[in-house]
Amino acid sequence: MALLEVKNLTISFGGLRAVDDFNIEIKKGQLYGLIGPNGAGKTTVFNLLTGVYKPDEGIIRLEDRDITGLKTIDINKAGIARTFQNIRLFKELTVLDNVKVGLHNHYPYSTIEGILRLPKYHKVEKEMNERAMELLKVFELDGEADYLASNLPYGKQRKLEIARALATKPKLLLLDEPAAGMNPNETGELMDTIRFVRDKFDMTILLIEHDMKLVSGICEELTVLNFGRILTQGKTGTVLNDPQVITAYLGE
Amino acid sequence: MKKMNITKTTKNNLITYLMVLLAYLAVQMLLLTGNISSLMKGLLVPLCIYVMLAISLNLTVGILGELSLGHAGFMCVGAFSGAFFSKCMDGLMPDSLRFLAALLIGAAVAGIFGILIGIPVLRLKGDYLAIVTLAFGEIIKNLVNVLYIGKDKNGFHFSMKDSISLHLDAEGQVIVNGAQGITGTPHDASFTIGIILIFISLFIILNLINSRDGRAIMSIRDNRIAAESIGINITKYKLMAFSISASIAGVAGVLYAHNLSTLTALPKNFGYNMSIMILVFVVLGGIGNIRGSIISAIILTLLPELLRGLSDYRMLIYAIVLIAMMLLNWSPKAIEWKEGLKRHSKKEKEVK
Amino acid sequence: MSFISYLINGISLGSVYAIIALGYTMVYGIAKMLNFAHGDVIMVGGFAVFTIVSTLGLPPVLGILVAVVVCTALGMLIERVAYKPLRNASSPLAVLITAIGVSYLLQNVALLIFGANTKSFTSVVTISPLKLADGQLIISGETIVTIIAGIIIMVCLTLFVNKSKAGQAMLAVSEDKGAAQLMGINVNGTIALTFAIGSALAAVAGVLLCSAYPSLTPYTGAMPGIKAFVAAVFGGIGSIPGAMIGGILLGIIEILGKAYISSQMADAIVFAVLIVVLLVKPTGILGKNIQEKV
Repeated sequence: MALLEVKNLTISFGGLRAVDDFNIEIKKGQLYGLIGPNGAGKTTVFNLLTGVYKPDEGIIRLEDRDITGLKTIDINKAGIARTFQNIRLFKELTVLDNVKVGLHNHYPYSTIEGILRLPKYHKVEKEMNERAMELLKVFELDGEADYLASNLPYGKQRKLEIARALATKPKLLLLDEPAAGMNPNETGELMDTIRFVRDKFDMTILLIEHDMKLVSGICEELTVLNFGRILTQGKTGTVLNDPQVITAYLGE
Repeated sequence: MKKMNITKTTKNNLITYLMVLLAYLAVQMLLLTGNISSLMKGLLVPLCIYVMLAISLNLTVGILGELSLGHAGFMCVGAFSGAFFSKCMDGLMPDSLRFLAALLIGAAVAGIFGILIGIPVLRLKGDYLAIVTLAFGEIIKNLVNVLYIGKDKNGFHFSMKDSISLHLDAEGQVIVNGAQGITGTPHDASFTIGIILIFISLFIILNLINSRDGRAIMSIRDNRIAAESIGINITKYKLMAFSISASIAGVAGVLYAHNLSTLTALPKNFGYNMSIMILVFVVLGGIGNIRGSIISAIILTLLPELLRGLSDYRMLIYAIVLIAMMLLNWSPKAIEWKEGLKRHSKKEKEVK
Repeated sequence: MSFISYLINGISLGSVYAIIALGYTMVYGIAKMLNFAHGDVIMVGGFAVFTIVSTLGLPPVLGILVAVVVCTALGMLIERVAYKPLRNASSPLAVLITAIGVSYLLQNVALLIFGANTKSFTSVVTISPLKLADGQLIISGETIVTIIAGIIIMVCLTLFVNKSKAGQAMLAVSEDKGAAQLMGINVNGTIALTFAIGSALAAVAGVLLCSAYPSLTPYTGAMPGIKAFVAAVFGGIGSIPGAMIGGILLGIIEILGKAYISSQMADAIVFAVLIVVLLVKPTGILGKNIQEKV
């Protein structure tokens, strides 16, 4: 059974079909890549999947549940979390608190319990701290837990964004250009992290990436977008050797 | 030895509480020894009111990150609902209980106004939100000025025209008299009560900030889109911050009403000028810095009064402070310059 | 007949709002900031005329000229000293709070120089009132001048923005500052010019406002300033025709509200209109929708 099933997804902005008849099926535990030249509509697909935009047509199903047209927060609750191309951290919060906001919906206590510092507050906060530190350890950020997020170096900010997304206990993780702005060393390290996340959290991951080394290194299947339409999809090796794909990237 | 498990924020909060406590004790000492002028005595309750207004506005501006220019409107709502209750109940229940009830009513009514206004307003952003909150503040002030409420044995009578239109019988009493407002509110406010209310406000705000809800509120401030993407209910937490902020302003209003014999809604006390003055306190104390708000509210209220002759220049000083603070703290060039200085002093230390 | 008279008064007041709103909307369009001090520039214009005409006894035309020069210089000075350093500040609140500070600064400097007493302003208009319908409908000279001035300003400004090179540069800067810079447009100069024009308009509005409502205090500009901003938002902030429509509609609403509902509630009605408009169409009547890019 597919974890994510998208059929005939379409959206237009002022007459321009930004995404046209997009279909995808991602199996549980898969590492799936979404590639294509700039402006092909990759991030728009992410925005459609996470409810930032409402599709004009099409169906999105997560574990057979129709989540088309739901609000962003409900889609997150249904099990999709994401990172952003231009990093969006809570800059004035500490690294630890960034992850704790991600844990928000899974560790509840009431406002009154929080303000009056009732026992439940202390208990839940302790659990949250432990869980958040565990997540930070995975990304080797535990040493910087008390830093403000904005003081982290770029590569670690990207990792923190992934940690925060994982804190919401998603079934599907969407990564929007996780390797953007990283040097080859950092990219290599990131590939290990992504694989590790998949194995340790039993996660299904869909990622947008331009770095072909990363894509060919970790993605099992690919979908190539060009001008909002699917150019081709299938096993990574086959897709990357497709002459159509090479043309789309390099031009005629 | 048992490990001391006090985090940095807890320590910070303790310092804030301690500071208020020390200020209270110092003033009590001065009062006991009689070393305090009548002018200063008269300023004690207003000081408490300003402090409460400043810390509550900081919740909206600094923690939620939305600029509200209608804070005085919530104070106005609290003042009138609290004073109205006290006028109606005066003599019918014990004074202390009545005042407590008035405070709670002021908080509740202002909080409800906060929610009612917040639902439409908080959808807007930045400048729009600022101007609409200003508009709401002015509307509240205007409405109160044409509101007439009287009471006789047939119950309450309302009018938006004049006191005669209330059609009260001979024993009837006008409670809210339009532009003349409410007269004869019992004088229940005192410095001690003011300080207690500051403590309660601080307790609520500081504990809220350092809780799950507070983090959610701050995450919206820092990045709304990211907060949404991880399942934070934006509307709920915006409303929560906004209404708690309004509630505390309402309590400050009740205190204000019970410190004066006549309560009227003037541009001076409930207009946008007042809202902006509170904003000045918040900005000077540091946006998001609760302790800073307390200190700046005290300094900016006392300074012009203490330096006699300067009171004419009060608003001028505020204006210059506001501009200077913004230019120094936010202009990219000033930030660069300050960081350069820091680096420079660090280097010097290393050389030594 | 009284309705027509109210309507004409409303259009007259609305013309003043429109002239002020043009300044707000141009500055907002280009600098993306709410120039809270704009209303107080009106007051400065009023005092400039007052000083020249009433104190020094010089001719009104000179007074108007001085007012325009003073306000233009003031507008550019404010932009240079207070707003420009904050143009790239990380918090959008910074420049708004600074503008509030400038507003207070202007009010309180005026308070120190001229005192809090209300000055009676001698109208600069010498045209006699127009009597229509056997004297049942009287239109004051101020009203006529205001409406005509409003029309002239709107036509000139529209022509300037759409036909002149500087006006086109303004449109380009308001569309995309970075791209405009790359196309060789002097962005700083264009922003300064916008402030200059906006402030010159504020001076004219000040003269018209004080002539129609002949009293002048340091706070004279604050309320009309805020209402004109409401007008600008009403029409769709950033849009020049929007400011004109918004201003005139707001003037009419205010005068009719005063006449038929309650004079005390007129301000509340104006603000209620703003709230309703923003809730129904957050970008105003002619405003463009801008969605945040994710």
